[in-house]
Amino acid sequence: MAKRLSGLQRDVLQMYRLCVREAHKKPLASRPNFLRYIRTEFVKYRDIPRKDFSTIEHLLRVGHRRLETFASPEVKDIH
Amino acid sequence: MSMSGLLRTSFTRTALRRGLATEAGQVAPRLKTFKIYRWSPDKPTEKPRLQEFQVDLNKCGPMVLDALLKIKDEQDGTLTLRRSCREGICGSCAMNIGGRNTLACLCKIDPDTSKESKIYPLPHMYVIKDLVPDLTQFYKQYKSVQPYLQRSSVPEDGKEILQSVEDRKKLDGLYECILCACCSTSCPSYWWNQEQYLGPAVLMQAYRWLIDSRDQASKMRKEMLQNSMSLYRCHTIMNCTKTCPKGLNPGFAIQEIKKSMALE
Repeated sequence: MAKRLSGLQRDVLQMYRLCVREAHKKPLASRPNFLRYIRTEFVKYRDIPRKDFSTIEHLLRVGHRRLETFASPEVKDIH
Repeated sequence: MSMSGLLRTSFTRTALRRGLATEAGQVAPRLKTFKIYRWSPDKPTEKPRLQEFQVDLNKCGPMVLDALLKIKDEQDGTLTLRRSCREGICGSCAMNIGGRNTLACLCKIDPDTSKESKIYPLPHMYVIKDLVPDLTQFYKQYKSVQPYLQRSSVPEDGKEILQSVEDRKKLDGLYECILCACCSTSCPSYWWNQEQYLGPAVLMQAYRWLIDSRDQASKMRKEMLQNSMSLYRCHTIMNCTKTCPKGLNPGFAIQEIKKSMALE
């Protein structure tokens, strides 16, 4: 049986899915770049302890703001 | 020849000495301790902390902003703060100094060197870095009250929209607001309901457009405020008026909105 996730963990997973969904709206050629970028950004903070709420909440906030920027249709590619 | 040369050099020397200001005697340094809130987004796992700095008040300007800039120049270049006009007209340097929201450029340093001065960013706002708060929500709220002139008709002569002296007087004490967010962030109602309650600064601007004799959208403006959260979260705590660095009275403006909406 899978372990039950905390609210914050679900928020993070939700965020990841949102990012991937947005990435799939981008042109096919640059899609892998977006997915790679999302991956590296999430992996960067993989080792943060589960109980470090304030940090995770801050990162989520920053992430949402960045997602908003990159989700605009003018953004075609990312490095 | 040599005689006149000698004369000239001695003459210039005395002239120079007289021309320059005399050096003041050694004064004992007045070291003041500043405790400043530090947090960096580059290391998000590190907890925020207070860092101590010592500044000699004899070699520093009179305002807290002078001290902060001196620290940034000479001691720690990574100290981050917003500042621009250094004369209280831009509202960039709003922060919490000694437990009070104010502009660093308008706040004198307490000359009592035995006490330390604590400096925090604006309370209950998300911090971007050190003393820089995230004011995105505040600006969004300001945008939501549509702070611009709205009219359906144009004046007959097709030139200017005229205003009487009395009508212009009504705007005094409202238009001076520089949106530094000192008042909104000092309001407990705003702390707990930041998402829905507009806060004193924004409501005062809403009032400024409500009573403007040239504006014709006051009915729509009042309708926007006609709910339990946007306006009526104000419980006349009056922290806003107490803290306003420009000496304005947002609490009064909010009461005036409430009054005009109750009389309708």
